[in-house]
Amino acid sequence: MPDRQYYRSLHRSMAFTVVLVSLMPLALITLIGGYQYTEIYKGRVMAHLEEIVHKHEQNIDTYLLEKVGEIRVLADNMGVDCFLDEGKLENLHKSLMKRHGGGFVDLGLVNSYGIQVAYSGPFRLGLADYSQSVWFREVQKRTVYVSDVFLGLRGVPHFIIAVQFESEGKKWVLRTTIDFVAFNQLVENIHIGRTGLAFIINRRGEFQTKPRIDLSAEVPFLRELLQKATTDAREEGSFALKKARDMVVSTIAPNPLTGRETIFLSTPLKQGDWLLVYQQDSADAFSDLAQTRNLALVVLLIGVIAITFVAFYLSKRMVKRIIAADKEKEMMNEQVIEAGRLASLGELAAGIAHEINNPVAIMVEEAGWVQDLLAEGIDKNGNTDETKRALTQIRTQGARCREITHKLLSFARMIDPTTMELQLNELVEEIIGLSNQRTKYANVQVETELARDLPTIAASPSEMQQVLLNLVNNAVDAMEKEGGTLTITTKRDKDDVLMTVADTGCGIPRANMQRLFDPFFTTKPVGKGTGLGLSIIYGIVNKMKGEISVNSAVDVGTAFTVRIPSAAKTGVPSDENAEERG
Amino acid sequence: MSEMDIKVLLVDDEIGFTDVMAKRLSKRGMTVKVAGGGTEAIQALRGDDYDVALLDLKMEDMSGIEVLQIFKKMVPNLPVIMLTGHGSEEAAREGMQHGAFDYLLKPCEFEKLLEKILAAVKRSE
Repeated sequence: MPDRQYYRSLHRSMAFTVVLVSLMPLALITLIGGYQYTEIYKGRVMAHLEEIVHKHEQNIDTYLLEKVGEIRVLADNMGVDCFLDEGKLENLHKSLMKRHGGGFVDLGLVNSYGIQVAYSGPFRLGLADYSQSVWFREVQKRTVYVSDVFLGLRGVPHFIIAVQFESEGKKWVLRTTIDFVAFNQLVENIHIGRTGLAFIINRRGEFQTKPRIDLSAEVPFLRELLQKATTDAREEGSFALKKARDMVVSTIAPNPLTGRETIFLSTPLKQGDWLLVYQQDSADAFSDLAQTRNLALVVLLIGVIAITFVAFYLSKRMVKRIIAADKEKEMMNEQVIEAGRLASLGELAAGIAHEINNPVAIMVEEAGWVQDLLAEGIDKNGNTDETKRALTQIRTQGARCREITHKLLSFARMIDPTTMELQLNELVEEIIGLSNQRTKYANVQVETELARDLPTIAASPSEMQQVLLNLVNNAVDAMEKEGGTLTITTKRDKDDVLMTVADTGCGIPRANMQRLFDPFFTTKPVGKGTGLGLSIIYGIVNKMKGEISVNSAVDVGTAFTVRIPSAAKTGVPSDENAEERG
Repeated sequence: MSEMDIKVLLVDDEIGFTDVMAKRLSKRGMTVKVAGGGTEAIQALRGDDYDVALLDLKMEDMSGIEVLQIFKKMVPNLPVIMLTGHGSEEAAREGMQHGAFDYLLKPCEFEKLLEKILAAVKRSE
């Protein structure tokens, strides 16, 4: 029976296999499903954010166009005299303030020299000189101009909408300042999650709104982002450039301010002069995904723990059953070996019966002959001597019987399975002696090639006898019809002992080779073979950690080779100990 | 035919057995020819006529069954009684299948053997 280490290893490998087989699909499903889910979820979130940013951009554009439109209408329809009259200008300004909730901070008329000739608003900017202002130069080129945010003459952030118009052959500019705070609130109106933040930058990377947190550290990165977007669009051609002006561009990159991975969405405003940027921490934007992932990991972990526990529990139970089955099998094996021993003994007995019956027959006939002589008269001529001869013959034949029965008993008594050190050559000689009668009548010539330097082996003498006797019986059976040669060879192979029992008999058909060592498989006639011989040999040899192999060719012969580790290799108990046990 | 006229061919390789058996049968007036093996028995049958043959089943040179088959070819009417020291009757029955008159297991009762010899001779007549 295998040792505890074997069962421990079996337990571990079974548990490991069950865990592996169970977890592999679970892990694959989790990984593939998780990856797919993550990609789809991220895609959805990004699409959703792009949609929001796009709509927000439209709101801001609408806001600016609305303001531009108001000033345009005034410039085209009111006439320069109306603007030059400060009272009327003030009324117009108040009317705009009323309609737009204070969006228009002031309203002014600037002549072609850049001098504000009329003004309505909270600052004292009458006759202010804007001839050097950027917005004044730009409006002369474009007719309508929305400026960047700047501090200007008033020293507070603001931006200007300026519209150029002609009246009485002169060019005028109607300008208004937009309420920066209101515009800032409009821009910052999209506030998603904890970290969602929108702002506007111009082409130089200058903030056009005032973000609620200081983002100055992000400026180089934003400039780079802006430049890259522009370069990419230019490289892809004019169509791409136009498309880029309408589209929301998304980038996921580490935030230089926080170091965290951040989603940046940008879309152009004011015909590409400004860029609306929306940024949000990835972790914040994908927080639901993280929660789902954590939940999946917890479920996976619970699954792993449950599978591992079940695998170990089940394999432990299975190993217990295997141990019980092995014990049962070992008991069965012992019983089969014993049955086989008796069976081989039976085969031997049949041969020995012939051996005994012949001398017994002689004794019976000699006794009858003496009776014949006595009936005739013991004193008749020569009868006394004949009687003496007959008695001597009876004694001789009796001694012959005694020798045979002693041999048989010595074999039958050896049923002890205790392993001890024994010399295989001696056993071979003994078995040849026992099988002498069988081989003689089967016309089988026995040859031996026994190695002189054969090391001893660790085996039970009775079991080893059984191995040898079964092999010899099989060999003789194979040659029974036509006779032949039985060759028993022993030799040393490193630390092993090799014993070959070869015959020149009928051989084993290839079809039977596979089943040769199966219990109860026999090709002998009913009642002649039990089919246990070779399975017993296999069991015994296996128990000794040996091997048995067979070479056979039909009508040529068969050779069984048994490899048994030497006593030195297996570390057999010494003879002394064996004797103590005996 | 009386016992006195019977010619017996006794075939067995066990000299101790053929020795004493020949003496006992001779004592009863039979003429006994002993053959120590199959080959010798076939030669004996070629050289003379016999009323009955006692044939051992297991011999070193040939098996009793082989000798029986040859006997049956040479003298089909010769009654053959098989003798076997083998523990089982199986082999002896095999002899019956090959045309033996009867069989006896060794050791056998001498009287029974005589009965069978007489019965065999009577039938062959």
